[in-house]
Amino acid sequence: MSKARAAIFQRLTAVERPTVDASARDSLSVFAWDKAERIQRFTERMQAVRAEVHVADRNTWLDKVAEICQAKGLNNLLLSPNTEWGQAITQNAERFPTLKHYERNIEDWKQELFYEVDAGLTSTLGGIAETGTLMLWSSVSEPRTLSLVPPIHIALLDTDKLYTTFAEAVKIQGWLEQGLPTNALLISGPSRSADIAQVLAYGVHGPKELVVVLV
Amino acid sequence: MTTEFRVDVAKALGKTEVRAHFRKAMDTLMTNRRNQFPDDAALQALRTQAQAIRANALSKLPELLEQLETNLTKNGVQVHWAETTDEANEIVLGIMQKHNAKSIIKGKSMVSEEMGLNHFLEERGIEALESDLGEFIIQLDGETPSHIIMPAIHKSKEQISTLFHEKFPDIPYTENVDELTVSARRILRDKFYAAPVGLSGVNFAVAETGTLCLVENEGNGRMSTTIPPVHIAVTGIEKVVEKLSDIPPLLSILPRSATGQPITTYFNMISRPRKADEKDGPTEVHLVLLDNGRSRIYSDPELLATLRCIRCGACINHCPVYVRIGGHSYGTVYPGPIGTILEPQKSGLSVHGELIQASSLCGACGEVCPVRIPIPNIINRLRHDSVRKDTDNTPTQDAGTRRKPLEAAIWQAWSFSASHPTLYNFGGKTATQLRGLIPHNLGAWTSVRSAPQLAEQTLHQQLKALGVDHE
Repeated sequence: MSKARAAIFQRLTAVERPTVDASARDSLSVFAWDKAERIQRFTERMQAVRAEVHVADRNTWLDKVAEICQAKGLNNLLLSPNTEWGQAITQNAERFPTLKHYERNIEDWKQELFYEVDAGLTSTLGGIAETGTLMLWSSVSEPRTLSLVPPIHIALLDTDKLYTTFAEAVKIQGWLEQGLPTNALLISGPSRSADIAQVLAYGVHGPKELVVVLV
Repeated sequence: MTTEFRVDVAKALGKTEVRAHFRKAMDTLMTNRRNQFPDDAALQALRTQAQAIRANALSKLPELLEQLETNLTKNGVQVHWAETTDEANEIVLGIMQKHNAKSIIKGKSMVSEEMGLNHFLEERGIEALESDLGEFIIQLDGETPSHIIMPAIHKSKEQISTLFHEKFPDIPYTENVDELTVSARRILRDKFYAAPVGLSGVNFAVAETGTLCLVENEGNGRMSTTIPPVHIAVTGIEKVVEKLSDIPPLLSILPRSATGQPITTYFNMISRPRKADEKDGPTEVHLVLLDNGRSRIYSDPELLATLRCIRCGACINHCPVYVRIGGHSYGTVYPGPIGTILEPQKSGLSVHGELIQASSLCGACGEVCPVRIPIPNIINRLRHDSVRKDTDNTPTQDAGTRRKPLEAAIWQAWSFSASHPTLYNFGGKTATQLRGLIPHNLGAWTSVRSAPQLAEQTLHQQLKALGVDHE
């Protein structure tokens, strides 16, 4: 036990604690938006920050992703072969640019990951309509850098998992009960900055483009 | 009295171009914030909720810090404690030396500014590189942030263009912001690729899960905490909240208050280092918890509210003083209203005590604060602390050091006369009769103002003449 720790705790516990009215603390922010409105609001918010939103269904999403890859002129696409989406794409590999599977530790192929990957494709845990946000949990199959390092991030979102607010999503999905992953992430658009003279620029350190496919 | 602060303020006031730049930037930020809160009732409810969350956390601070430490440790994160910035710097250095690391790449962190970490490491031959675009720019120019969330807000596009071209001669001169951004991305990508250690701040730390939360737009926070094999997070002990469910309301109000965005591009929640079967992320995560005066502030029930701050910068954006003098004039890490109350409490009134005079008490800061910190009241309290006699009754360091015997005597005389009507009325009448004797030249006061003129009759006399009888 460090000396600093003991001294800090000694000071913090020596004082009379303030009493706090915390009654306002637990109000849960949710909206009564039906699915169509959730999709509409999500799309508007995403487009406002220059993310692309495409609409597909269970039968057409594969065509849509192939179309996007072609339109972007991708030479390759990084993805996990283990997700439902990744499996389907891998089985139809001939319709896609060269598929790279994220199967090695970052140290073993950092150079390639940093400088030779055109786009990364991920699943999502769900979305938030109020703010136009994707929720991602890092996993063995879909590591953190998959949505971070490639210049384009393509994300697939199941519209049944589109919630009105973050508070609602955390509650309904039971984040606390499940236990948080190494890295839980909210993404609300492509990487951006206004640090140069308040002029908005995209693609500072994260992806320059975010493409969402609603399924 | 010509102090360093006054000299800096006078210089800043003379820079009309920079002032126009600040005015425009702050106006934009204020408009953006206003547009995010179209429904005032909803805003007030959210402020009340955010205040309750932060106040609740502070009321349980020692227990929550213990819980945070327990959960982080269980998750595999190493927790360090520092009473002073020196200790915090030594902890960071120690971790780096253990890994034989010669450089560190930094996401944006105001606590690291508070520590003077870059300077400390550079003196010991370690390169500390800022990766937030704004921080990167000011580091190139050897400056400090002029705003807590927009560190390079004082710089024009032309200045940044020139700076880039000077520091990186192979980059052609351009005023195109997209091209400048592409250049910075390319330079910093290589640095992220190679960095042995990454550093970040923490916006919120969740006690019940052992989670460090980071708010950002660029991805430098994600890169700094994901790519290097070692991640060191530094934060103040007040940043802890109790529950995961405390996070969504705070995340809802922070970016909207700060830059007027509904949410930032990234909200990054880190709970542990890389697990054995995971393919990326640091294998070692450290959290350095810094006190640096916070536990002293904690001991006073009124000053405690200072620690509720979530560092959104809304008070700065709305401050009529800040917009005129800019961030550097304050001479502190945190400028604007929050700096005005925080810095003198951290370092004592004899160091930054003059800042508490740099306020017109207009109240804008208190009105926009997302966690309802009564900043004007705390400024008043610190003004009182600076001249009070009963200095044992406040934890503020150097309390009473600005007390001047003559000033104190004048106020005592005033207080005496105001509570003795005969004396007061006599004094009032005498003053009106002698009003012709007030000189036109009253030193500094009349250098930019007219000398005050007393009326021919006191207010009491005038009201009596009007037939008002208050007695």
